[in-house]
Amino acid sequence: MAVTLPRPTLGSARRDLRARPVRTRRARWTARVVLLVISLAFLAPLYWMVASALKSDTELAAFPPTLWPHELHWENFSAAVQSMPFFTFFRNTVVVTALSVVFAVASNFVVAYGFSCLQWPGRDKVFYVVIATLFIPFPITLIPMFDLYAKLGWINTWAPLVVPSMFASAFYVFLIRQFLLQFPRDVLDAAAIDGANAWRTLWTVVFPQARPALATVAIFAAVGSWNDFMGPLLYLQDQDVQTLSIGIQAYTMTASTEDFQYNQLMAVSFLVILPLVVLFFLFQRYFIRGATVGSFK
Amino acid sequence: MFPATGRTTTDPPRLRAGVLEVRRTGPRLSPRDRRRLWTGLAFVSPWIVGVVVFVVYPVVYSFVVSLTRYSGMNSPDFVGFTNYVSAAVDPLVRTSIGNTLLYAVVAVPCSLLVALVVAIAMNQDLREVRWYRTALYIPSLVPTFALGFIFIVFVNPQFGVVNQVLRVFGAGDVNLLGDPRTIKFVIVAMAQLAAGNAALIFLAGLRAVPPTLYEAARVDGAGPVRQFLSITLPLISPVILFNLITGISSALQIFTEGYVVSAGVSDAVGGPDNGTLFYMLYVYRNAFSYASLGYASALAFLLFVVGVTLSALVYVLSKRFVNYDLDAG
Repeated sequence: MAVTLPRPTLGSARRDLRARPVRTRRARWTARVVLLVISLAFLAPLYWMVASALKSDTELAAFPPTLWPHELHWENFSAAVQSMPFFTFFRNTVVVTALSVVFAVASNFVVAYGFSCLQWPGRDKVFYVVIATLFIPFPITLIPMFDLYAKLGWINTWAPLVVPSMFASAFYVFLIRQFLLQFPRDVLDAAAIDGANAWRTLWTVVFPQARPALATVAIFAAVGSWNDFMGPLLYLQDQDVQTLSIGIQAYTMTASTEDFQYNQLMAVSFLVILPLVVLFFLFQRYFIRGATVGSFK
Repeated sequence: MFPATGRTTTDPPRLRAGVLEVRRTGPRLSPRDRRRLWTGLAFVSPWIVGVVVFVVYPVVYSFVVSLTRYSGMNSPDFVGFTNYVSAAVDPLVRTSIGNTLLYAVVAVPCSLLVALVVAIAMNQDLREVRWYRTALYIPSLVPTFALGFIFIVFVNPQFGVVNQVLRVFGAGDVNLLGDPRTIKFVIVAMAQLAAGNAALIFLAGLRAVPPTLYEAARVDGAGPVRQFLSITLPLISPVILFNLITGISSALQIFTEGYVVSAGVSDAVGGPDNGTLFYMLYVYRNAFSYASLGYASALAFLLFVVGVTLSALVYVLSKRFVNYDLDAG
């Protein structure tokens, strides 16, 4: 089933990005309508979250539901934030995420470079092993790692959440490697002839070109770390080191169902999502390109 | 791996040809190859360390502990295969496997279909397509736990929008989250919002289809449906397989969805009435609520065996369908 394509260079990769042309005006409008409908369906729950966050308790329970809040209750946000140590959770999550992203990008880039830009005997066989680990179910690590971290005294620290990202993971290596394979061999050879060693070539020649792929990995790693639920659930017990996911979860469980403030829960959820959406908009230019160019053939 | 134009005169051709040919010349590597080997290994060493610590060690550990009775406090007592025998007759194991399989059977095909539709939508040649791509991807950024909160409010029996719509159709008060059968479908619906990630992989596949094929098909008079069935689907079959396998793999490991949604609506995690007790939730319950680490390890090891079997299947299938692009590019 392998499709043989002309080998892409960085230039042609950019040209590949152009989508297949839609020919007729009617087809174009059909596409527009369908796209609009799908997009609205996907954004509806998020809209509902924001709308609910701004409603009063009575309006939230009103029937039929109001599409747009009659009065904007911004105080839901401040009340929600004050009902828990939100800023502590927020700061903890930022630190854990930032460290994870930096380590993940660095380690996966170096490893992917070793699997693509360097030539060494056995390289592609070892890479088959990388592919194989892509499908190993993660739960097997749950109990052994917990036991190991407990023995190391890492419970209630961020180490179990951050340290694993220092050791490249199969999916990210795969993604960056596919991107780097398009890097022109001539340039690497030229660098070698000019006397640059592998490490120097990595930083001065390859790194500037690899930014779309690295931005993609950064976003995936940031989302993964920001959204991590099981990690903090297992390793963080004290409130002052807790991250947003478990912090808020604990809050929903302690609140009694009678007077539970759903609008406040939606307000907090919105605050949790917001930084990722901002991050996505900042890197969006690179993101879809890095995620799709040359990932598969 | 790279264009042959980069070859230098000092570089013998056999090195370029790859590993096999080097082997054929004898087991000993030339000093130059040995140096390259060590450089290469140095660069991939973080991954090697990672595999040993995060894959090899846990697998061995899990198997050893699965043969013991161990609470984490006492020293492990060797009990042989008792834990595996207990698992075979444990009714909750059966419940959790049933829940997980039901979820996988419903959610995986749904997700593939939704992701493919989203990918095709993302691939349209319109000036404003960037905005649609963003709109379709943003829900994938929403943390599962936050999505869980949103859906708890969405289908809340008193004021949830879904219930109010159902009420208009005369369905009365339905508590979708209170019923162990329907709550699973709420989780399936929830999972569809994260279609953006799989859609990106489909998008990569769609982009790799040579446009000339469509032009030729159009000349031959093939309509859009025919083009999709005869060109697009066969040519993106590798990415379908990839998404299928990763989809099954993550469906078998579903945890957070069940934990968050059930914690929001019932006292016991995995409720109501064990309706969201997915396999991983039961492993978690045994390990961290009942402190039966030996039993939990046995359960985790069984899941691992299923996962490895799936990987082997992927390997066999990939030889036929998937080109991981190891020799070209």
